[in-house]
Amino acid sequence: MHALEIIRSIEAEQLKQDLPVIHVGDTVKVGVKIQEGNKERTQPYEGVVIAKRHGSSNATITVRKVFQGVGVERVFLIHSPRIESIKVIRRGKVRRAKLYYLRDRVGKATRVKQRFDRAL
Amino acid sequence: MAVGILGQKLGMTQVFDETGKAIPVTVVQAGPCPVTQIKTKQTDSYSAVQVAFGEVRAKSLNKPELGHLAKSETAPMRHLREYRLPDVAQYSLGQVLKVEDLFTVGQIVDVAGTSIGRGFAGYQKRHNFKRGPMAHGSKNHRAPGSTGAGTTPGRVYPGKRMAGQLGNARVTVRKLTVVRVDAERNLLLIKGALPGKPGALLSITPATIVGQN
Repeated sequence: MHALEIIRSIEAEQLKQDLPVIHVGDTVKVGVKIQEGNKERTQPYEGVVIAKRHGSSNATITVRKVFQGVGVERVFLIHSPRIESIKVIRRGKVRRAKLYYLRDRVGKATRVKQRFDRAL
Repeated sequence: MAVGILGQKLGMTQVFDETGKAIPVTVVQAGPCPVTQIKTKQTDSYSAVQVAFGEVRAKSLNKPELGHLAKSETAPMRHLREYRLPDVAQYSLGQVLKVEDLFTVGQIVDVAGTSIGRGFAGYQKRHNFKRGPMAHGSKNHRAPGSTGAGTTPGRVYPGKRMAGQLGNARVTVRKLTVVRVDAERNLLLIKGALPGKPGALLSITPATIVGQN
């Protein structure tokens, strides 16, 4: 086996098989495992995917939401064991791969148009 | 010193540990390394174990090299390296060293190899000097600045950092952790970056810790 094949096979072991197809502009609900003392619980985080980066086991999504009037962006390593679940709630219709323009918008202008041709 | 193993760097990736943290690892294909010569105090005035790595066609080696390998009945191999040891009694000619015998998960290792050659490099790249202003009439962009005082001492002190060859030198990265040992494919996953590009020859030894060994 060649070097790249070996590295690919190591990465393949890390990949989650049950992830939904996520597109930029989708609204997702991410279940994040957090440690509290010695108890573990899952915290949901919901927002719009504004960017996807990297590939394979290093793939990440950036999820933006506005919480109490403050914009919050979190980057999730989607194949990480700390991410318990990712659920697509709404498919968005966008014309960019990176929705960084949403950072400059407030209120109604931050809405992403829904698309219906992709299954949830 | 303990006996180590030779390997080929394959590249970097990341794996998740049991707590879910992503660990950057370098994948090394190490061994199997047959012992090709055992040097003892009596025969060579020092004791060491010589191991071989990297199978090649018999055509690629010359007759003296093939003859040397024939003594230990090993297949033609490209690289030979010695590991100096105080005691070589437990090693025998032709014995094959494998990753699973030498290393365990969590072990601390030192990795030596040749760093990436960057040729004749200037002050900024080689020694991280600051750059001069690029505009406002400045003509001092990547120049070194002063190399010392004037008439006294009247010379540049030895060791003054200057432009020259950067990289392509033997480098040892110490105290790295073994993350995974794959006996089936002779792989070692070592946390962190290792010298050289993918394909580089590396020597992996158990870490030398000052005051212990």
